Amino acid sequence: MVDSSILPLELDNVSYEIDGKRLVKNVSCCFEAGRSTLVIGPNGAGKSLFLRLCHGLLQPSSGLLRWRGSDGQTGQRQAMVFQRPVMLRRSVWANVGYALSVKGVSRAEREPIINRVLQCTGLSRFEDIPATRLSFGEQQRLALARVWALSPQVLFLDEPTASLDPPATHQVEQIITAIQSAGTRIIMTSHDLGQVQRLADEVMFLHRGRLLEQTAAEQFFDCPQSDLARAFTRGELLWWHRKNPLHPPGISKEISR
Amino acid sequence: MNDFSDAFIAAFSLLIQLDADLVEIVALSLTVSLTAVLSAAVIGMPLGAALAIGSFPGRRMLIIAINSLMGLPPVVVGLVVYLMLSRSGPLGVLGLLFTPTAMVIAQLILVMPIIAALTRQVVEVLWAEYEEQLRSLGATRWRALPTLLMDGRSQLLTALLAGFGRAIAEVGAVMIVGGNIDHATRVMTTSIALEVSKGDLALALGLGIMLVLIAVAVNGLSWLIGSPGQDRLLRSKRGGGYGRQQYPAARTR
Amino acid sequence: MRFFSIVGLIVSLGFAVAVNLAHGAETFITLASTTSTQNSGLFDHILPRFMAESGIEVRVVAVGTGQAIRIARNGDADVLLVHHRPSEEKFVEARYGIDRKDVMYNDFVIVGPIADPAGIRGMSDAALALSKIVSASAVFVSRGDDSGTHKKELGLWVAADIEPTVNSGERYRETGSGMGATLNTASAMSAYTLVDRGTWLSFRNKRDLAVMVEGDARLFNPYGVILVNPALHSHIKAEAGRRFIDWLTSTTGQDAIASFRIGDKPLFYPTTR
Repeated sequence: MVDSSILPLELDNVSYEIDGKRLVKNVSCCFEAGRSTLVIGPNGAGKSLFLRLCHGLLQPSSGLLRWRGSDGQTGQRQAMVFQRPVMLRRSVWANVGYALSVKGVSRAEREPIINRVLQCTGLSRFEDIPATRLSFGEQQRLALARVWALSPQVLFLDEPTASLDPPATHQVEQIITAIQSAGTRIIMTSHDLGQVQRLADEVMFLHRGRLLEQTAAEQFFDCPQSDLARAFTRGELLWWHRKNPLHPPGISKEISR
Repeated sequence: MNDFSDAFIAAFSLLIQLDADLVEIVALSLTVSLTAVLSAAVIGMPLGAALAIGSFPGRRMLIIAINSLMGLPPVVVGLVVYLMLSRSGPLGVLGLLFTPTAMVIAQLILVMPIIAALTRQVVEVLWAEYEEQLRSLGATRWRALPTLLMDGRSQLLTALLAGFGRAIAEVGAVMIVGGNIDHATRVMTTSIALEVSKGDLALALGLGIMLVLIAVAVNGLSWLIGSPGQDRLLRSKRGGGYGRQQYPAARTR
Repeated sequence: MRFFSIVGLIVSLGFAVAVNLAHGAETFITLASTTSTQNSGLFDHILPRFMAESGIEVRVVAVGTGQAIRIARNGDADVLLVHHRPSEEKFVEARYGIDRKDVMYNDFVIVGPIADPAGIRGMSDAALALSKIVSASAVFVSRGDDSGTHKKELGLWVAADIEPTVNSGERYRETGSGMGATLNTASAMSAYTLVDRGTWLSFRNKRDLAVMVEGDARLFNPYGVILVNPALHSHIKAEAGRRFIDWLTSTTGQDAIASFRIGDKPLFYPTTR
């Protein structure tokens, strides 16, 4: 690994639209090195799209997205874990090995890496088992092992615990913390406020495609800047009301589905 | 219907005697058809996968063409291959007419569209599920191609069997390009046609029963290879092949 | 990746085996001949003897006379053995073939259902028999495939001064297939048809068919053998082909043909007798 960091990641007025519908709107922000950011917001806020834009799976419709080391190599140094990760129809061991082989890691170098990450994620005893036979929680751990093997500088996680029960969630959170302690920048979406409090250094609050707030975690929970964020942290449901004075009427047309 | 009871007796006695001529015919049938199917797979599977995930001009036309070619009449294929391989044809110098190689070529042409079309379908579905994950891992389309073929292997086996079924049961094309020459190009189907033309319907039907038994054996064998019970043979740390699985429902976006 | 290399290995092995099978015998010639000779079993009787004597394998492609001649004209066979004298002479005249020789003969017969609705049993005038079949509105099955037998049949219709194709599809059925398939059709429909005696004697699905007409000089069925002209096609195995033709017309070959019988009936008569 080259020593130079690919961070910070800067977004300048980034928008994304499908069929003329703007789903991410004029987001400008910056991700500095060395912290963990949790992106929160109600369903449909555009959290997953936002993550995919940062990861590079989607291209912004307008605006700029800049990594510091913009030499085209950034894709090699950042990775993503999906809400329902795809397990390749092969063994647990080979699933991790596949990710490494795509990155061009030689066969001899792969073995110690795979053994290490499977051990760190508690999957060593399953190494010969087809990955699709694992439980959802185990599959999510394997997805984490798979990206951990790549030692990314930045790791995006899209609601990695959304469909898991509390024990499995706990294991996954422990692994995320471990990956972070190993020096990886975590950027993760969640709708679980408890999880946000456990993991976040920094919170980003998205609503209807707009970035409403990016602050340190304590500050977000102590005194959120926007009314919507305050309502969200109190656990209120953010229904869309046409007459709700919090929303300027102009937006409703753009995002009406 | 005495013919039917006679046919079963004939088939049974063929099996019991297992005479050298019959063994030779069965062996040639299997060699020719398996070679044709596997070479068709080597061409058709990457082609089908490329049609599924690629985006290039003429892709749609190619898909329509391949789908249509699935219904190609064997006799037409036989005739075209005959004209190509005839000494007076463009490939005549190779001297391949009336050889097993000519039969392999004809069957390959018949089988390849089936394998390519079915592969395209399998890979297209798989690609919809895999695309984001593979791109996220940094795989290009060309790197994804063998991955998709590997992960679709249990369904692709069905495509191979469909191709094998067409190849082994085919008579029109191999009759024309092989010539049904005793001890050289005589296979199960052309023997059956010959026995029918000799009026020996019981023997023909008996050979037909043998053909069905062979098809059952090949299908059963492939099922064994693809079934979970045999996974351990293929499964290893590094390789990790295994067959029939229940996959979790496609991930919601 | 290993998966693909295994497949590659199997494919190349398969090709190797296929090629090996193709070149199993050291020397072989390809003989384009008719279904009538193949279906009768004659080749199974005489070719092993020739092979034992000469070491040359004869590979028979059995099709209709018309197609056999086309295969030979394209140079896809070394020797031609068919049974339609005019076509054979035309073939030699056009220099597609050389050294035509008579080999053997038998005769055609008209077969039909034992019930004999046309009442032709025992007749010896084939043309007259055909016209009786037509006037009795009985069904006649024709090869309709440009074979030697088909050409012979058409000649008989001309002799009877009848245009059979006016009843095409009804009382005149053209199968467009080989002798065996045509006989199967005739026996299933209890219809009349023209067949060479060799195929008839060895045919196993006669059901209620029997010989109705025989002995007409016009039913004579001579077989000729021709070497495909090596001057036109350099790959023709002229030497081996000539040895086969010489053997067929030699005493040994002629004896072999004469000794092919079903029961005590000979199927072909050597020309030199």
